[in-house]
This record gives sequence, structure tokens and C-alpha cells, in this order.
Amino acid sequence: MVLSRARREDAVTTIAFPAPDAAVLGRREAIIAGLARLLPAEAVITSEDERRAFETDALTAYRQVPLAVVLPSTTEEVAAVLRFCHAEGVKVVPRGAGTSLAGGAIPQEDAVVLGIAKMNRVLDIDFVNRTARVQAGITNLAISQAVAHEGFFYAPDPSSQLACTIAGNIAMNSGGAHCLKYGVTTNNLLGVTMVLLDGTVVEIGGAHLDAPGYDMLGLVCGSEGQLGVITEATVRILRQAEGARPALMGFDSVETAGACVAAIIGAGIIPVALEFMDRPAIKVCEAFAHAGYPLDVEALLIIEVEGSEAEIEDALKRIVAIAERFSPKALRVSRSEAESAAIWKGRKSAFGAMGRIADYLCMDGTIPTGQLPHVLKRISEICTGYGLGVANIFHAGDGNLHPLVLYDINKPGELEKAEAAGADILKLCVEVGGCLTGEHGVGIEKRDLMRHQYSEVDLVQQMRIRGVFDPAWLLNPAKVFPLDGRVVQ
Amino acid sequence: MTLPRSATISDTVLTPENEQEAAALVAACAAAARPLAIRGGGTKAAVGRPVNAEATLSTKALTGITLYEPAELVIAARAGTPLAEIERTLAERGQMLPFEPADARALLGSEGEATVGGLAATNLSGPRRIMAGACRDAMIGVRFVNGRGEVVKSGGRVMKNVTGLDLVKLAAGSWGTLGLLTEVTFKVQPKAERLATLVIEGLDDARGVEALNAALGSPFEITGAAHLPAGLGGERARTVLRIEGFSPSVDYRVGELRHLLAPYGPAERIVDAGEARRLWQDVRDVRFLAEPQAHAVWRLSTVPTAGPRVVAAVAGLAEARFFYDWGGGLVWLSVRAEGDCGATMIREALAPHGGHATLWRAPADIRAALQPFQPLAAPLMRLSEGVKRAVDPAGIFEPGRMYAGI
Ligand SMILES: Cc1cc2nc3c(=O)[nH]c(=O)nc-3n(C[C@H](O)[C@H](O)[C@H](O)COP(=O)(O)OP(=O)(O)OC[C@H]3O[C@@H](n4cnc5c(N)ncnc54)[C@H](O)[C@@H]3O)c2cc1C
Ligand SMILES: Cc1cc2nc3c(=O)[nH]c(=O)nc-3n(C[C@H](O)[C@H](O)[C@H](O)COP(=O)(O)OP(=O)(O)OC[C@H]3O[C@@H](n4cnc5c(N)ncnc54)[C@H](O)[C@@H]3O)c2cc1C
Repeated sequence: MVLSRARREDAVTTIAFPAPDAAVLGRREAIIAGLARLLPAEAVITSEDERRAFETDALTAYRQVPLAVVLPSTTEEVAAVLRFCHAEGVKVVPRGAGTSLAGGAIPQEDAVVLGIAKMNRVLDIDFVNRTARVQAGITNLAISQAVAHEGFFYAPDPSSQLACTIAGNIAMNSGGAHCLKYGVTTNNLLGVTMVLLDGTVVEIGGAHLDAPGYDMLGLVCGSEGQLGVITEATVRILRQAEGARPALMGFDSVETAGACVAAIIGAGIIPVALEFMDRPAIKVCEAFAHAGYPLDVEALLIIEVEGSEAEIEDALKRIVAIAERFSPKALRVSRSEAESAAIWKGRKSAFGAMGRIADYLCMDGTIPTGQLPHVLKRISEICTGYGLGVANIFHAGDGNLHPLVLYDINKPGELEKAEAAGADILKLCVEVGGCLTGEHGVGIEKRDLMRHQYSEVDLVQQMRIRGVFDPAWLLNPAKVFPLDGRVVQ
Repeated sequence: MTLPRSATISDTVLTPENEQEAAALVAACAAAARPLAIRGGGTKAAVGRPVNAEATLSTKALTGITLYEPAELVIAARAGTPLAEIERTLAERGQMLPFEPADARALLGSEGEATVGGLAATNLSGPRRIMAGACRDAMIGVRFVNGRGEVVKSGGRVMKNVTGLDLVKLAAGSWGTLGLLTEVTFKVQPKAERLATLVIEGLDDARGVEALNAALGSPFEITGAAHLPAGLGGERARTVLRIEGFSPSVDYRVGELRHLLAPYGPAERIVDAGEARRLWQDVRDVRFLAEPQAHAVWRLSTVPTAGPRVVAAVAGLAEARFFYDWGGGLVWLSVRAEGDCGATMIREALAPHGGHATLWRAPADIRAALQPFQPLAAPLMRLSEGVKRAVDPAGIFEPGRMYAGI
């Protein structure tokens, strides 16, 4: 993922990694030999060059070359690797496609990266009962493609869906533009096969609904590779709507756009997607996608509804009637597939388009939607205070913000400023009743901010539960929980 | 008939006035290793294994809605708040809890008012679960007192949140064994403008469930899909589907569904709105199996099309009566309360398809003698025991309610 235009080799970054375990580094050859006994030769990657391909994820400011990389093909191979690493006291960083924006998949020098990208098969599709069983390294989009011929799809649709894996989605509880109606990963996941660090294979859930005991599936979803390695998953697939069409509306203030969103939801309409862009974002996206976005507005809403042609007409009529009460400066209902595609192209390529003009950090806080005008104003003040630009693109229906803090990696000190601005923005989200991350996860990026959202008691309780799954803290241990004050049994 | 929850529960009822007091009480009980039962509305109903508690912690005084933002689709309330109050408050703004919580009183012959805490702790969802998700899907935040007497929060009031481990899900359906919930935040949904119910009569179970799944696999957004065999509230078998939304959309979908389901027979629309609502309430509350109260009731969750096959394998149990919700994936089964109430047979029948069976209603001696909750595979059981210890190290909350040792 190219999120920064150029890489500054000497970029000083502020998030610390734990010091590597010298004893493990010293045993590197023996560890590699041990792994080689468990897997086919091509599944163990040891050369410096090839390992470098795994040194970061989409949080490219941070890099760590791992001890080794393994690419197993079966649950049994995963179990063998984990059992070995457990016995040897070697850290393991599970990896899908490496598109994490929070640094969730960034390795450690003394850790083995366990990539599951080879495990990418569809195992079973049951259209009547509407489920699909897949290996966890399959990409998000490939699941939808595998069921599309019968008119089905897998609902959560992160913008990275072409590349990201279902394992990564489960680990980050990923969302997408259409989760306002369909929910995020946790709402669409029915079962997983997960391997614990000691090699135990655990089956959680299945093709049925609800857990017989504790909701372990709910706990595993969003656990960022810290509880176990997911090797298979059963997901719900849904029948596609007959059609979908967006409307585009521009307002001369953020407040008015926010009020319009509240009025639509207050009227009992839940669109399938409700996306927001501010002026800087509109400008860049329009230049890239030529979607016909109005350029003279402060806020743009993309509102999509689904159904038959008549249902779409009816729903859009209701939405337009509400929007008109807020005197939109621009209001256009898509009339054709081509027009709809153009409108979405602008939104879906937003991150890429932005990446062509600047380096950026993509933040991911969630706020109560009523706080929108206040928060956007403060975000702008925060970034201006650091001398940085910012563009806002986000899921307005659920308050999940994606401020892109713009900086230039080649200007000394700018990345550090961007990180500081990002931290201030996330603290602001928590202050107004929201949270640090809505869908990208904590990773290393927000690890040191966790105390702003949680009390020590809250964190310790989470860590105690984490410890049940991985008592030695060998699974992705540099992430999520602040490095100091860890509770290890 | 009122089933005593447990013959061994002591009469001591602790009724903390606020969260801090609750935490202090729990801390004291933990220090003295005094096991606690938790009671919300005091429905006195009996699900699970009888608990050997020395005292009961009541949430009666922990009441009140703490947040309601209709435009943000969110409501939060203290754990003892009656569910009825939540539903009334939401209805005033044309909203509802998405998962259609049941009123269990008819089935369990119990009294009292269900509470927010009891609702969350049991993670029960009605017919709309197939479209709108379960209770756990609507839960976005909790505050609870753990077994150390500490107040823990997880999640919050926003719709999307992946900050740290999701303890909200863990609290959902924990039956009080992981601590005392003090406050729960739910995502809510607008009530539909219109509701339509289609009925096809005379199908056998397998055909009925097939029809339901044909509809569920269509783009026409079904919010209820149940099959009621002959003798349950009607002389002939009824296969029923619910469609909700704005009027033009509902009319359109009803037309399309009738067409789609033509191979199964004519799908008639229930004209009387009151009658249709009552029907879905009966499905939700399992009213068809309320009587005779002395019979045991099972709740089975499996793959939808496996529902009728599992039932066929156990239909020989004495006086078996049953119906299907969730397109066939949820089976409510009532049998005579004797022996193991069919536990072995039911679980064997489920095994090839996957799923679980919970003994929902039975006399206490029977519940004490067998596993009312589906036994877990060894690795999952080990993790469950670990989680219980991580949250409640002294094992004081509802010990044994779900599983021995948990
Ligand atoms: C351009 C772009 C757009 C994006 N858009 C969205 C979006 O719209 N919505 C959204 O939610 N996210 C989005 N993301 C973030 C990212 O794509 C998601 O977090 C995704 O789920 C990561 O999947 P992955 O396969 O790349 O996982 P990785 O990045 O490889 O790993 C992510 C986490 O999962 C863990 N993990 C990986 N495999 C396993 C396994 N087998 N078992 C256990 N843990 C595992 C890792 O340890 C890590 O913590 C975007 C990213 C980019 C670069
Ligand atoms: C067919 C059917 C049958 C049902 N049968 C029962 C039944 O037999 N028993 C039943 O309780 N509910 C049952 N329910 C659920 C019921 O409708 C309510 O949703 C809820 O459980 C009753 O609330 P209550 O406040 O009366 O809970 P209570 O009966 O007081 O408690 C129920 C469970 O929740 C736990 N609990 C209650 N409050 C809290 C809290 N604040 N923190 C942590 N745990 C808490 C208790 O420990 C107990 O395990 C049934 C629902 C259906 C659809």
C-alpha cells in the first residue's frame, strides 16, 4: 500500500517497540532450522531481501525486519509452527495482507511472521442457508466474487477489500461504507477455527446462530491477532439488493450537513451508506475521479439507498424532501449506473487520491454524531496549530471519522507533528464521548493512547482475559496494550 | 405455576443503591468467598443449573435511562431499568430495540418485569434476529462490577468501536456468571411504518422450512420467518413470513414474494394488523408451548434447513410439540419432563449439523442432574473456565449457573 510518496530513511518516529530479546536473536539459526523441519522449504522465508517485504504494513512510517517469515498452507501447519514457537519462547506476529493502517501487522525483530495468505480457498458455500466457509487468507472481495453468480455477497466492504484478508478483517473487526445497514465484521461472522499459541485448535461457533456458552466469537473479533491465529471462518452471505443508487448533496456548512443526517435518521430512514466529505477532500477526490462533485460547498454527503427501482425512487424522494429543508447548495440524484459508479469512484479512491498530493496519517476515531460540527471545527484548529493540513472523509451515519492529517515526510519534523496532531484528534474523540478507533484497530498506532479511553482497571481486566489465551504474551505482543503496566500471569 | 429458581438460595437480598455500593458489596462478598445470585426483575424464572448462592444481589434500585439520543440511534440505561420502560420511551420517538426481546412470563409461568441487565445477560433475541441481529449485536457498551469488586467499562455509546477487547460481547449471554452489569447501552432502530404477514397453509415441516429459506435468500428483506406445525394455534400448519418497511416497499415485496413462493401454495396476507402483531408476539414469546407448564422446553439453534431433520430424529420423545423460528434455525421443543427430558437424543441429533440445545424450562431436580446448557468441547471449556477466573477469580457470581466450574 502506497500511503507515503517517498520514504525518508531517517524518519524519527515516536512509538517505541520493545527491545528485541537478544537470546532469541542469538538462536536465529536454530529457530529457522526448527521451522524448516515443520514446513515445506518454500514456506519458510529467511533471506534478508525477502523478509524485508514483510517489514511494515500500511502504517509505513514504522518498519522492523522479522526474524523469519512462514507461510503455512493448512491449519495443521499453523498449529505445528505455533507449538514450536511456544516451546522456544519465540514471538509470533500473525499477518494477512498487511493493509493494517494501525500497524497491527508490523513485525518485531525477534518475532516470526506467520502469514496466512496461502490459505485462500473457499471451502464450502451453502446458498440455501446463506453461509460460506473459507480459509482465512482469502481476500474480502474474493468471498463476494465466489458467491456473486447466485446474486449473493459478503456485506462488510472495507475500501481495501481487493487486498485485505478475512483473517485481518476479523482481527480488526473491519467495517466499510455499507456497514450502516449491514453491520461490521462481528455482525456477519458465524464461526472460526483458531489455533492457540500452544497449538490447540479451537472451533468457535459454526453455521448456526448464537453461542452455547460465552460469546468467544465476539471476543475474538477485533482482538488484533493476540488471542490466536484464525485459519478458517464461516461468514454470513446475503442476497444482493435488486439495485442501489446514491444521491449527492452539498451544503455550505458542516453544521447543516450534520443536521440533515440527523433529520434523515430521525425520520426512520436508514440508508445503506451515508458518507461525508469536507471541502479539502472534495477538491482532491474530484480532481482524481471527475465524479461531478460540487466544488463550492463546505460539506458533501453521499447517501445511497437500495431496493427495486420503485423502492429506490420512493426512498430518494423522502430523502430529497428532508434535504431540501436544509437548503442544499447542490443536490443530484444519480440517474444511471455510470453516474452512480462515478460518485462512488470519488469516495472509494479518496485515500489513494490524497496519497498522490501529500503524505498523510489516516485517523479513525468515532464520535457521537451530534458532536460533528464541534469536532470538525476542533480538528481543523488542531491541525492548523501544528501547521498541517487536514481533509475529512468519513462514515457520517455512525460517526466514524477518518481525518487525513496531511504532512510532507521529506520535511524534518513533519511526521512527528502529524503524529502529535493525530493523537490530539483521537483524544478529542474520546473527550466528546467517542472512541479511539472505529474500524482500523489499535495496533501500535494507538497503543499508547489507550489510557485516554480506559481506566487502569478496564485495561487490566482486558489483559487478564488476553492472558487466558496466550499466557506468555508471545502473540503480537507489541500491540494494543501500553508497554508499561502489563499484567502477565 | 412458579418454579423456584433454586431451593438453596438464601433469603438475603442485597439491594445496592448505586454502582459504588454494588462494587463495595461485591468486594466484601469476594473477600468472604460468599457466592451471589443476581436478580434483575426477579422473574424467579429458572433457566440453567440451580445455583448455590448465599445471597442475592438485586438490581431493583439501579434504575433509570441515562442517555437517549434518537437521532444517534442510541439508548443507555442502568441494569435494573424495566425493559417495559425502555420500550415505552423508544416508542414515543418511533423507535425500538432491533432484536425484538421476548416476554418470557407466559412460557415460564413467572411474574415480575424483565430488566435491561437480565436482557443483556441472557442475550435473547426474537424473530427479527435474522434481519436485525441478536441482542449482542445491538449491545454497544456495558459497565459491570467484576468479581474483584471493580467497576469495569467496555465499549461505549458509539456505533463503531474496536478499541481493545470487546468485553461487551462477553457480557452478553453470560447469565450473571461474569459479574454484575450496572449499565447497558444499546443501538436502536426506527420502527417500520408498515408490517405485512404472509401465510402459506398446509406445508409439512421440511417444505415449510424450504419455503422460508427461499424467501430469506431473496432480496426482499424478511424480518420474521417461522413455521408452525398443525395444532399450534391453528388447525393446519402455517408457514409465516413478515415484511416491514415503508408502505410502497412493503406492497412491492409482498407481491414479489407471493410470486416467488407460488410453488409452495398461495401466500395469503393477514389483513387484520392486530392479528398479525399478535401472531409474531406469540412466536417471540413461545406462547404455543406455554401449556402444559409441567412439560420441559428446549431451545435448539442449528443450521436452518437442518431444523426439520433434527426434529424428525427426536419427534418420538413423549408428547413432543415444536415449532420453528429463524427460518428453521431456531427450534422450540416441548417434551414431557421425565428422565433426561431427551437431552441425549436431542444433542445426538444436533451433532451432525452443528448447533446447540438449551434446556429452557424444567423442574430444578432435572436441571441439577443434567447439563441444561450445551456441553462445550474441551478446548472451549478450558478457555471459558479461564475467562471466568480472569473476571471472577473467587467464583462468586452465579457459580455453576451455566456449567459446573463456571
Ligand atoms: C487503502 C486502505 C483502505 C482501507 N479501508 C478500510 C475500510 O474501509 N474499513 C476498514 O475497516 N479498514 C480499512 N483499511 C484497513 C485494513 O485494510 C483492515 O484493517 C484489514 O482488515 C486488514 O486486513 P489484512 O489482511 O491486510 O490484515 P493485516 O494488516 O495483515 O493484519 C491486521 C491485523 O490482523 C492480525 N491478523 C492477520 N491475520 C491473522 C490471523 N490469521 N489470525 C489472527 N490475527 C490475524 C494481524 O496480526 C494484525 O493485527 C484500509 C486500509 C487501506 C490501506
Ligand atoms: C422463551 C423465553 C424464556 C425465557 N426464560 C427466561 C428465564 O427462565 N429466566 C430468565 O432469567 N430469563 C428468561 N428469559 C429472558 C427474559 O425475557 C428477560 O430477557 C430477562 O432474562 C429477564 O430479566 P430479569 O431482569 O427478570 O432477569 P432475572 O431473571 O433476574 O435474571 C436472568 C439472568 O440474568 C442475570 N442477570 C440479571 N441482571 C443482571 C445484571 N444486572 N448483571 C448481570 N447479570 C444479570 C441473572 O444472573 C440471571 O442469570 C426468557 C426469554 C424467552 C424468550
